[in-house]
Amino acid sequence: MITSQEQLQSVASEYKKKTAAFDAVIKICCGTGCVSSGALSVYEGLTAGLRGEGLADKVLVKKTGCHGLCERGPIVVFGQDEILYQSVGKRNIDADVASLIATVKEKKVAEQLLYKGEEKGKRYVSPYEIPFYSGQTRVVLSLNGALDPENIEEYIAEGGYGSLHKALHMSPTEIIDSIEKSGLRGRGGGGFLTGYKWRSCRQAQGNPKYVLANGDEGDPGAFMDRSLMEGNPHAILEGMAIGAFAIGSGQGYIYVRDEYPLAVHRLSLAIEKAREYGFLGKNIMGTGFDYDIDIFRGGGAFVCGESTALISSIEGKAGEPRSKYTHTVDKGLWDKPTNLNNVETWANVPHIIDKGWEWFQSTGSPRSKGTKVFSLVGKVKNTGLIEVPMGITLKEIIYDLGGGIQGDKKFKAVQTGGPSGGCIPEVYLDMPVDFDSLTKLGSMMGSGGMIVMDERSCMVDVARYFLNFLVQESCGKCTPCREGVRRMHEIVDRICRGDGCRGDVEHLEELGKAIQLSSLCGLGQSAPNPVLSTIRFFKEEYIAHIEEKRCPAGICKDLIKMQILPDLCTGCMRCAGECPVGCIEGEKKGVHVIDQSRCTKCGACYDACRFGAVKIE
Amino acid sequence: MEVNSERLHEIINKYHGSASHLLAMFQDIQREYRYVPKEAIKFVAGELNMPLAKAYEVVTFYKALSLTPRGRHTVHVCMGTACHLRGGTNILDAFERELSVGVGETTENGLFTLETVNCLGACALAPLVRVEEKDFGKTTPGGVKKIINEFSGGEPS
Ligand SMILES: Cc1cc2nc3c(=O)[nH]c(=O)nc-3n(C[C@H](O)[C@H](O)[C@H](O)COP(=O)(O)O)c2cc1C
Ligand code: SF4
Ligand code: SF4
Ligand code: SF4
Ligand code: FES
Ligand code: FES
Repeated sequence: MITSQEQLQSVASEYKKKTAAFDAVIKICCGTGCVSSGALSVYEGLTAGLRGEGLADKVLVKKTGCHGLCERGPIVVFGQDEILYQSVGKRNIDADVASLIATVKEKKVAEQLLYKGEEKGKRYVSPYEIPFYSGQTRVVLSLNGALDPENIEEYIAEGGYGSLHKALHMSPTEIIDSIEKSGLRGRGGGGFLTGYKWRSCRQAQGNPKYVLANGDEGDPGAFMDRSLMEGNPHAILEGMAIGAFAIGSGQGYIYVRDEYPLAVHRLSLAIEKAREYGFLGKNIMGTGFDYDIDIFRGGGAFVCGESTALISSIEGKAGEPRSKYTHTVDKGLWDKPTNLNNVETWANVPHIIDKGWEWFQSTGSPRSKGTKVFSLVGKVKNTGLIEVPMGITLKEIIYDLGGGIQGDKKFKAVQTGGPSGGCIPEVYLDMPVDFDSLTKLGSMMGSGGMIVMDERSCMVDVARYFLNFLVQESCGKCTPCREGVRRMHEIVDRICRGDGCRGDVEHLEELGKAIQLSSLCGLGQSAPNPVLSTIRFFKEEYIAHIEEKRCPAGICKDLIKMQILPDLCTGCMRCAGECPVGCIEGEKKGVHVIDQSRCTKCGACYDACRFGAVKIE
Repeated sequence: MEVNSERLHEIINKYHGSASHLLAMFQDIQREYRYVPKEAIKFVAGELNMPLAKAYEVVTFYKALSLTPRGRHTVHVCMGTACHLRGGTNILDAFERELSVGVGETTENGLFTLETVNCLGACALAPLVRVEEKDFGKTTPGGVKKIINEFSGGEPS
């Protein structure tokens, strides 16, 4: 068991000595995105190659969590971020692995694997030079992509568990004061002051007390929490142990959905190791403090991310919310005082204890302190995971870090806050991103999904998408949400199918407000947001669907038709090869024609044609 | 459906027979049978001394649990926001057409069950399809046949 800073440091220096003996370190991203693009084959190819060269014990090859630049995965980084290779093994795995080995042996940088920017001919060698990385401030993610998450010594070598030791020698109120003064607000969506919540829970009557982490992440299109749990699980455990000590809890749970098997695996391993080293369990670090953490695997219901539903779920019941006339800090899990925070909130805690609340307080905007992790996805060039100081503008995120819109199409909107959030149009791109500004625009910070939409995204269809999601995910306990959201979906679906009528928009607004006011939990209370915000900023698109039976973005299938323009068609046959129903006919070098009766309007021909000959109208 | 009561006992004991781990027990049972058989629900409810309705409530509430048998391979088509925007519905349409089944259904030969998920966490590769452990990123409607073929190799179709 480790009981002192000195012992922590000796583990750290010993580990550093061990790694310093290697000639080189190679970090291969094995986050979910890169694994999907084939990172594991790169890892196997590289380790086998190094063995063949007799270099196996000279080079340390690490499997790390997400580096952020998922769109360009698999990502491989050398040394202390000296060289970054992207799309490794995508085209030719053997040649790329040979390049990796050549980089190690001859320090030869492989041009073809470097990141290419917007500027012609410019290649970036170090990730620090790439705008995607240089524009970020990485705190929570600082070790994501650097650590082997399955090795606790790596975390300790980076100063891990030092904050826990420090906190255990502070008084609980001192810790709570620090967290409160830092200005940390919950990263799970609501933005509630963390220190205030901890204090209420500490003061609540009842024993035992529970400290929980919310790693449910039900938002479609968001993967921040997942990447954190997979990439740096110890940071979450350390934060929870500090919180538990401050609040006076002896037992905690991390709620992770069963669909995140890698996160469950990494967290379980981390818990086991933390117990071995005396960071969890009985008599933590020899201070007499007992706290342990177990994992609870959720069942993939969005509503289970809501605090009271999550608690019901851990109690072994269906995950239905209950009304909050008593607060969970007073009566939560098994009716005992319970403190729930999002996993990213927990991962911020060790940094605040380590560097002080003044440091934390100095980043961010006046009422939203610190940094926030976002998953930047959709029609943006550099999709991936980013961490930025709060107060940065949407434009900086989308254009400087994200590299702008894919295919240089026109930006239309950015959706934040998931199903509880809304769409923000171009005129507000200069808005700072923080809890309060986004709420003012009828959207939300949410847990950090940021979805970029371009001219080929139909806002009415997006509203329908979220409504459909919410109809399926509503637990059905209260009528306004169960029936009201369903009704909204029916209306929007009708509009998308070309059967909208005058008055629909007003009806939606009225219904939306009623649902917001009368639903039991946050799901229903925010369910109308995606519709209300698209009506607010994109009303003309609703009008086009309703009055002109036209879908300006060319998405709503009942309102569009695919056509090949004979003047532009070169007869290259690409479209015919892509058409899933084989309804495009034409000779090589001859004009192609679509059999309208069989066309499913999937748009594959439009995407395939390089001559702009396919027209959607 | 015949269930192996010894194995069910093992699963229940793994969680010390505590009803608060009902969901975890059913998840383990599903790993065993690839769905949750009715008989298993009855067995667990009996062992834990809880009303059958309570046990059913949990099984039916969580989407991750299935009450109907599943095919050999489960095709997960991502319907998350990122995948939706990049054409996920067209991918789903193509699977429905090629496999002649709807979402949640299993093909007649028992080879494939078609499911949707709300995000697989690799949104940069949207639209994404996962079959068993294998991910297919940036899929196109035309590429669906190939994915199906990869998993039906040698099997009578
Ligand atoms: C329908 C619904 C879903 C939610 N899903 C999540 C989630 O997946 N993860 C999360 O951390 N918080 C989620 N929340 C917010 C939680 O209820 C809770 O506010 C949060 O976990 C508290 O942690 P924080 O103070 O650190 O943000 C959700 C809320 C609602 C109403
Ligand atoms: S608002 Fe919706 S999800 Fe929340 S309790 Fe009511 S029905 Fe259930
Ligand atoms: S839209 Fe799809 S189905 Fe219709 S012609 Fe084009 S590729 Fe074929
Ligand atoms: S891809 Fe375009 S140019 Fe080629 S045959 Fe099809 S419509 Fe004509
Ligand atoms: S998963 Fe590799 S960069 Fe995100
Ligand atoms: S939205 Fe499909 S993987 Fe995330």
